[in-house]
Amino acid sequence: MEAILLALAGLILAPLAGGLISGIDRKLTARFQGRVGPPIVQAFYDAAKLWGKETTVANPWITFCSWIYLVAAAASVVLFFLQSDLLFIFFVQAVGAVFLVIGALSVPSPYSQIGAQRELLQILAYEPLLILVIAGIYMTTGSFKIEAVFAYERPLLLELPLLFVVLGYALTIKLRKSPFDISGSHHAHQEIVRGVYTEYTGRNLALVEIAHWYETILILGFCALFWATNWIGIAILLLITYMLEIVVDNVSARLSWRWMLGSVWVGGLCLSAVNLAWVYFA
Amino acid sequence: MLDAFIKKSQLKSPWLIHFDCGSCNGCDIEVLACLTPLYDIERFGIINVGNPKHADVLLVTGTVNHRNKKVLQKIYEQMPSPKVVVACGACGLTGGVFRESFNVVGGVDKVIPVDVYVPGCPSKPEAIIDGVVRGLGLLAERQQQAA
Repeated sequence: MEAILLALAGLILAPLAGGLISGIDRKLTARFQGRVGPPIVQAFYDAAKLWGKETTVANPWITFCSWIYLVAAAASVVLFFLQSDLLFIFFVQAVGAVFLVIGALSVPSPYSQIGAQRELLQILAYEPLLILVIAGIYMTTGSFKIEAVFAYERPLLLELPLLFVVLGYALTIKLRKSPFDISGSHHAHQEIVRGVYTEYTGRNLALVEIAHWYETILILGFCALFWATNWIGIAILLLITYMLEIVVDNVSARLSWRWMLGSVWVGGLCLSAVNLAWVYFA
Repeated sequence: MLDAFIKKSQLKSPWLIHFDCGSCNGCDIEVLACLTPLYDIERFGIINVGNPKHADVLLVTGTVNHRNKKVLQKIYEQMPSPKVVVACGACGLTGGVFRESFNVVGGVDKVIPVDVYVPGCPSKPEAIIDGVVRGLGLLAERQQQAA
């Protein structure tokens, strides 16, 4: 019974929270720039409007891919709420991420194609980092299960501080925030139009948006594991992390993909290696 | 209930595509001024998008000529309905001072149906915002007629 309730919470509350976070993000960004900004529920207006638009799709694949993207993102969040296996959750979300790229690649539009190639590079950048974070959690708690993280008596942040920085890095790439919004920016004007999202229109774009809310919650969930000993700790940690994320998004310009891969492979992997060695020998 | 929310959302989240149809850039500067902190159209949920497939409002500035009328037509056709067309500035309305030139077709309404006309040379940002909001009013009327 408890499992069913948790799964429902993941399925229904997570996208609501994700949409609100996206609205707060836009509001804060506007305030940073001296603007009033859209209402906090703007993300829901956007998604509902897109749902009501006339359907024009280039081919049926793109509809199929956006549904798979949504289902995979929702499934990974539900699994997370059920305190399942971290590796399993990771691979379920990876399926969704890849289908987003396949959908964009199924259309010959050059903007969509370039966006998809760049999205592949982003996946290539953040996936090793996430795997290393999960490996670090396993080395500390002795299990890939989220239950084990909650049962662990000390906050993981004290043992895996560098891996938390790495996770923040991966979070920025995964959420396509500046400086890593190279495959498709949330700000609508860029040189490749909307990049990987260009050919997702109407209902499909609404599905992709909802999937993005799920992913935001999933990534914040990963962050929450680093202070899993009490709820106040989780709240403070998430608040600080996401605020930093918004500030970085606002103060940085977009980087090239070469810089992204270079910094991830040199910076991210080194930090992970140091932290993993520290856990191993300590 | 979902239907009612979708209808409300169509008025709350108009994504705008701006097409410069051969304008002198006067109106375009005013259109972009709407995005600045002073006018901040994002408070109405308006985003300036670059993709007609994502857009709800087509904002056209400048005269239409024989070369770009096909482009204008294509952008209009690529936009999924419901959609609103706003023509901006003297040139977009009638062809302006260029209307008798050999290569000029005339105003935007010679090629695609226009819902709102925003006069001015250039149109003021306030007038452009007002035009878009009126376009949303038309959208609401059409929703009621369809219901």
